[in-house]
Amino acid sequence: MSAPNSSYDPVEVTALKADQVDAMVSAALAAVAAARDLDGLKAVRSAHAGDRSPLALANREIGALPPQARKDAGMRVGRARSAVNQALAARAVELEAEAEARMLVEETVDVTLPWDREPRGARHPLTTLQELVGDVFVAMGWEVAEGPELEAEWLNFDALNLGPDHPARTMQDTFWLEPADGGLVLRTHTSPVQARTMLERTPPIYVVCPGRVFRTDELDATHTPVFNQVEGLVVDRGITMAHLKGTLDHFAEAMFGEGITTRFRPSYFPFTEPSAEVDLVCFVCRGQEPAVATCRTCKGEGWIEWGGCGVVNPRVLTACGVDAETYTGFAFGMGLERTLMFRHGVGDMRDLVEGDVRFTEAFGTEIS
Amino acid sequence: MRAPLSWIREYVDLPAGVTAADLAHRLTALGLKLEALESPGADVEGPLVAGRVLSAVDEPQKNGKTIRWCQVDCGPEHGEHGIVCGAHNFTDGDLVVVSLPGAVLPGGFAISARKTYGHVSDGMICSAKELGIGDDHAGILVLDPALDPSTNSGRRGDVKPGDPVADLLGLRDDVIELEINPDRAYALSLRGIAREAAIAYGAPFRDPAVRAVPTPNGEGYPVRVEAPDGCPVFATRSVVGFDPAAPTPRWMARRVQLAGMRPISLAVDVTNYVMLELGNPIHGYDGDLLAGPIVVRRAREGETITTLDDVTRTLSAEDLLITDDSGPIGLAGVMGGQSTELSASTTRVVIEAAHFEAAGIFRTARRHRLHTEGAKRWERGVDPLLPAYAADRVAHLLVEHGGGVITEGVTYVGGPPEQKVVTAPADLPARVTGMPIDAGTAVAHLRAVGCTVTSHGSAADETLTVLPPTWRPDLTDPYDLVEEVARIVGYTEVPSVLPPAPPGRGLTRSQRLRRRVGFALAGAGLVEVRSWPFLGQGHLDRLGLPADDVRRGTVRVANPLSEEAPELATTLLPALLDTVARNVGRGTTSPAVFETAPVFLPTPGRLKAPILRVDRRPTETELETVLAAVPEQPLHLAAVLAGERAASGWWGKGRPVSWADAVQVVREVARVLAVDVEVAGAAREPWHPGRCAEIRLGGGSVVGHAGELHPSVCRAYHVPARTCAVEVDLGLLVAAAPAAARAPRLSTYPVAKEDVALVVDAALPAETLAQTLREGAGELLESVRLFDVWTGEQVGAGRKSLAFALRFRAPDRTLTEAETSAARDAAVALAAHRHGAVQRA
Repeated sequence: MSAPNSSYDPVEVTALKADQVDAMVSAALAAVAAARDLDGLKAVRSAHAGDRSPLALANREIGALPPQARKDAGMRVGRARSAVNQALAARAVELEAEAEARMLVEETVDVTLPWDREPRGARHPLTTLQELVGDVFVAMGWEVAEGPELEAEWLNFDALNLGPDHPARTMQDTFWLEPADGGLVLRTHTSPVQARTMLERTPPIYVVCPGRVFRTDELDATHTPVFNQVEGLVVDRGITMAHLKGTLDHFAEAMFGEGITTRFRPSYFPFTEPSAEVDLVCFVCRGQEPAVATCRTCKGEGWIEWGGCGVVNPRVLTACGVDAETYTGFAFGMGLERTLMFRHGVGDMRDLVEGDVRFTEAFGTEIS
Repeated sequence: MRAPLSWIREYVDLPAGVTAADLAHRLTALGLKLEALESPGADVEGPLVAGRVLSAVDEPQKNGKTIRWCQVDCGPEHGEHGIVCGAHNFTDGDLVVVSLPGAVLPGGFAISARKTYGHVSDGMICSAKELGIGDDHAGILVLDPALDPSTNSGRRGDVKPGDPVADLLGLRDDVIELEINPDRAYALSLRGIAREAAIAYGAPFRDPAVRAVPTPNGEGYPVRVEAPDGCPVFATRSVVGFDPAAPTPRWMARRVQLAGMRPISLAVDVTNYVMLELGNPIHGYDGDLLAGPIVVRRAREGETITTLDDVTRTLSAEDLLITDDSGPIGLAGVMGGQSTELSASTTRVVIEAAHFEAAGIFRTARRHRLHTEGAKRWERGVDPLLPAYAADRVAHLLVEHGGGVITEGVTYVGGPPEQKVVTAPADLPARVTGMPIDAGTAVAHLRAVGCTVTSHGSAADETLTVLPPTWRPDLTDPYDLVEEVARIVGYTEVPSVLPPAPPGRGLTRSQRLRRRVGFALAGAGLVEVRSWPFLGQGHLDRLGLPADDVRRGTVRVANPLSEEAPELATTLLPALLDTVARNVGRGTTSPAVFETAPVFLPTPGRLKAPILRVDRRPTETELETVLAAVPEQPLHLAAVLAGERAASGWWGKGRPVSWADAVQVVREVARVLAVDVEVAGAAREPWHPGRCAEIRLGGGSVVGHAGELHPSVCRAYHVPARTCAVEVDLGLLVAAAPAAARAPRLSTYPVAKEDVALVVDAALPAETLAQTLREGAGELLESVRLFDVWTGEQVGAGRKSLAFALRFRAPDRTLTEAETSAARDAAVALAAHRHGAVQRA
């Protein structure tokens, strides 16, 4: 911009005439509207709003006008430049939006492309099942008790009314530890945890004991020497077989769904008296005719063996320091592998022990 | 135990129409569980009748055979039939089994009239094998005419031509196979099973053991029992003039066969038959081979006997022996000896019916691995009143079917152990079972199982005095009586009531934290496995453990499944490496697995755990000795990662597993537990000596190791090169978890960032330098993060450049540039002073 004209120049400045200014504005607006992209708009901005643009040059001439004309001309040029700038800004917004829209189209990807870059992890279904069982009982106010896998013979057998010459000791095919007279075994059931619990706590006792147990079976489709059990123990005043039945009915429903009830059959376990086998109503045919007759799951019986249970033998209470006159109790035990096989159609026990990640991955981290 | 239905029916009158399946169902409900139901002969269809051979003409054939052309009278209904027969073991007038056209024999063999050898053979004269009732195919079956054709019980009668003979032959039967629990030894006999069947239907029971027996006298075979504790009763009877060639009557052989034993000879079959019938195992001796009196005594250590199975066994001083002047002639209750065995020339039979103590037989059978039918019964407990009856029954059957006479001598040494009375409150069954069982019901059911019951006291305080029957040695406690009552009332009657548990404490903190660790590792892409805890020194050799490594000190299994893995794991890695190798072998190229499981550390001094008494709570001292002998079993967490940690794909190249991933597994666990761990370089097998991190808790105690495995370990376990592994004591980590997390105080003033690059000796651990920077920078430092590592010519040989991003912030003000610079300079200065670190421009 030139300095104010101090020496009066009587010559009229053509560029400041209204029609001239209007023409500049019209030309600028036409150019703005004609700009097709942001680069084009940049050129328009330079040509019509830049330092060398007609309006800028016209603005410089204001100083050359007589003082009385300067105000009008200044206002006229100011309005004109403002109109051009607004048009430029508005067009810029339009063109930016167009450019972004174009970019978004260009950036489209195939979202079905896989992203299996990071490995998938999973928890073993037996672990998940074990926790699910724990949750069922914790929800009833029970606690989850644990104990060692390598266990004292006295706690695994004697304290549970399995004396040294008890035939049941051979039934259980125990892994004995060296030296053979060292009094140590790999626990054949989780029952020693029950014994430990009774020795450590005072009634009322409401615990479940899930865990790994060991018997000298060969591995095949339905047997494994290392398997998992969940056992339950209640010791309280006035406990009866009816409470056992109620608990197992609830447990069965929690595991296998509504309407899955249990049946007791007399059986024999040294640590319980009376003792019973627990059968589940077959969850395939539900024991209903005519499906039951041809049911392959229960072989037409309508019932499936699930585990063992009974009233805690008072001899066990006595050995574990519980007053058998005051308290009664019940206990039960189920194989977790068997439960898992029922719930999820596991066809071969070996799949549970071999650690093939393809098997475990199928279960993820939740099995319900 | 296999029980033919026809045999059960001999002792109990089951209601008409009761099928084997019905009975099996009821027996199962009483506690004798159905194993299998068989119906031998169910596919046989009539007419199958007795026929009298009127004439039999031998006709030699061109092919060298001689066939018989027989005329057989098949009774008024079926008339006379001409039948061609290949066998020759019969003669005119014999009674034979004829299957007439239309009959179907076992295996779907249909009989029709057919032309053969120039005749129309109008039926078939059958052999035992063709009828499915024996192996004898040498000749056809000739019937004893003096039998009742309606039963296979051997009842006398009169078989006439035309009589259907399926029943006489025991051709069709139902066999119920039951699983007998160890407390119900009495049910290892037809006597016991029939008794349960009688209870099931409330039907009368005829006890086959009830028979009149002669009083003992001094004339029987001499017996001396030197070990009355092991052999409370020993009875003998003798038969002389026995015909060893006499065949076993067909009905008896059939029953023995259906019960699952093999018919052998009359004398042997009779002893087995009576054992099946009554439950008392019997032994027969060839009386001519016995030398002097029978003496029952304990064996001398190292003494030998050759048993019936032709095995010479070395005995223990605990074994009970039957001996005579020649030495041992039987392993009492378990198996007879060879020297006095019944044979094809035995005419003088000495019958032993004894009672042996259960525990001793159990130990002997286990010691010699001889789980015979006899031992199976003795070790569970046999009715001690049986010997006299069983011996008498055997003697009569022998004479009836094999001729000869029973000598007058009756030996009976000792007497049955006294039965113990059990007293119980009359309401105990109701109190224990939760079923409404009144005293009258309890008494009735106890009597049904054979107990003698008397009742005392008022109705409110009624007590039952119960003498269990001699066949129920298992009934010793009041609760045993409860089970008897409850099973007859029916377990299906037990109501279903949830017990009201007191409020619980939920999962323990350790249980919760372990779950979180499992989820975190699964979330980090690891797959949980559950291995077996067995290994051998070979596994540890493959890990490259030195001879004195503490992990070589294991607890050994006395009876391992495999000789390669007879020890309990002291490290989880061998099992995980085998699992990884298996997965790779099955085509999973990048398995990443983890396991949490205990390891087993022997107690110092390898303590023995005593066997305590069980009639009271052990004292604290006693209990402590037991618990102290149980080896420590710390819970370990291990993981093995192989192949790629990030897969290659359309996004670009993958990233192979590195030592850092293994260390990261521990850091992840520590993060979940909010435990601060320190990482330091270490050398420990089986890791790469330059790529092994030791993980320490804040106090400095080592909780485990992580890193890349030694190349030789990868080769030995056949896992991919550069497989990485971690093993830590999870129990220690969980225990170190802080009790409660503290909330941080957040400053909202602006952060000031400064980067520094320091050149240090290449051996200086980055973590050490970072620690120095923390220390040097002081309180204003918010965090230090290593963001770059450089080696190469610019930094010089044996040196490295570590670049750290430092963030500063004050809790109460915006830091000035001067404050930030001063803190940074102090950090760099301490690094320079302590490590000779030089700041790069």
